[in-house]
Amino acid sequence: MKISKTGLLSAKALIHLASLSTFLYLWLLVEQNALGADPVKEMIHFLGKTALNYLLITLCISPLARRFKQPLLIQLRRVLGLYCFFWACLHLLVFIWLDLNWEVTLFAEEVVKRPYMTLGALTWVILLALSITSINVIRRRMKRAWLTLHRTIYWAVLLATIHYYWSVKSGLIEPIIYFAICFTLLAQRKDYFKSFLKHYAKKKSV
Amino acid sequence: SELIHTKNSRFQSLTPLTPEDKILQYNNFYEFGTGKGDPFSFAQQFKVDPWQLVIDGLVDKPITLNYEELLTRFAIEERLYRMRCVEAWSMNIPWLGFSLATLLKMASPKSNAKYVRFETLEDPKQMRGQSSRFIGGGLDYPYVEGLRLDEAMNPLVLLSVGLYGKTLAPQNGAPIRLVVPWKYGFKSIKSIVKITLTDKAPVNTWQKIAANEYGFFANVNPQVDHPRWSQASERFIGPGNLFAASRKPTLPFNGYQEEVASLYKGLDLTRYY
Repeated sequence: MKISKTGLLSAKALIHLASLSTFLYLWLLVEQNALGADPVKEMIHFLGKTALNYLLITLCISPLARRFKQPLLIQLRRVLGLYCFFWACLHLLVFIWLDLNWEVTLFAEEVVKRPYMTLGALTWVILLALSITSINVIRRRMKRAWLTLHRTIYWAVLLATIHYYWSVKSGLIEPIIYFAICFTLLAQRKDYFKSFLKHYAKKKSV
Repeated sequence: SELIHTKNSRFQSLTPLTPEDKILQYNNFYEFGTGKGDPFSFAQQFKVDPWQLVIDGLVDKPITLNYEELLTRFAIEERLYRMRCVEAWSMNIPWLGFSLATLLKMASPKSNAKYVRFETLEDPKQMRGQSSRFIGGGLDYPYVEGLRLDEAMNPLVLLSVGLYGKTLAPQNGAPIRLVVPWKYGFKSIKSIVKITLTDKAPVNTWQKIAANEYGFFANVNPQVDHPRWSQASERFIGPGNLFAASRKPTLPFNGYQEEVASLYKGLDLTRYY
C-alpha cells in the first residue's frame, strides 16, 4: 500500500509534535531546576544528543523509502534535517552563551585546539550548508551540485558520532551503540563511499 | 547525623558555598554508576557501619580503626575548601574531618616509606558499578589513589568524615574519604578501607585507564590542559539556577599555591601532570 498525501502530512505533523514536545520537556526541566547541579552541562549534552538522534533518523528515511517502495517518504528528509540543524544550533548557542559566557576568543581557541570541538564545528558547518540549500529556489539552481553537497551528510553523521564519543570522559556503551547505528546507516550508502574512494584514488594517481 | 566539631579559623572565608543539595546530588562515584545523579540514586542503602580502615605497609605501628573510632578518635574540625573537578567544574564545600598527617604520624612511617596508597572498599554486591563494566565505566576496581609521603603529610590534606555539620552521605564517600584541595577531585578517593605506606609510586585508577589524560600528580593547573578540554577556567556550581551559572578562572594549585607550591620545586609540571 502506498502512503497517501494525507499520510505524509500526518507524518510531518507528528515530527513537529515530537520536536515541540522535546523542546517543552527541556523547558520544563529548566523551569523546575531539574537538570541537576550543573544544568549547563546537562543541557549541552541533551541538545547535542537530540541533534545526533535527529541526524540518524534523517538518514533512515531514504533506505526505508527504497525498501518499502514509498517515494513520498523522501519528503520527510528536509523537515527532519532542518530540525536536526535547529537542535545543533541550540547546542552551540548554550555552549557559547551559558558555558563560555560569550568568550568568543576562548571558543575559537578551543575549536582549533581540541579535535572533538573541531569535529563538532565541522558538523555544524555542514548542517548549515545543507539547511541553506534546502530552500527550493536554491536547490533548483544548484542542479547536480545539490546532490553532491547533500551527500556530505554521510560525513556529518560520522563526524558527529566521533565528536560525541570524544566528549565523554569514560564509558563506552552509549558511544558504541551510536557507532553501530551510524555504520549500519552508512553501510546502506556503500556505493557512495566506494565511488568516493575510487575518485580519490584516481586523483592521486594522476 | 550531626557531628561535633570546631571551626578551623584559617579556612572559614570562602564564599559563596555550594548549596548542600547540590553537593549531595551531583557526584562522580563510578562505583554507583557514571551518571552525576547515579550515586545519589543508588548509594542510599550503602552500609558504612561496621567499617574497618587499616593503615599498614611500611609503618612501625599498623592501625585498624572501626566506624566508631573514625568519628571519635580525632578532633573533628570544619574547613571550607575549593573543590575542582578535572571535568572543569568546581564547588566550595564545608568539610568536616581531621588531617591525614595526624593519623600517619600515629602509625609512625618507616624511613623507607615514600608513598601512600589508598584503596576504596570493594563490594560488588553493594556497589553496582563494580559488578558490571557497563555500569562502572570500565574502571579497574577497587579504586586506587596515591600521594607522595611529603604531599600526604601536608597539613592541608584532610580525611573527611562529614560536610555541612553532618556525617558524610554515602554518595560523598562515607564513612571516610580523602580531600586534597589542590589536586583534581579524582585524587580525593572515597569510602577508604586501606591506607598503605610503600616505597613505590602507586598507579592510581585514572592513570591506569588513560595515562595521557590523567597523571599521578593531578595538581590543578590552568596552564596544562586536559588533552580534550581546556583547564584554564571552570564552571562554578553555586547557588541559583541555570542562568546563575558562572565561569571563573582556574587558580594554580586551585588557590593553595602558598601552602603547596614548594612541594614541587624543580618539577616540570607539564610533564608530571
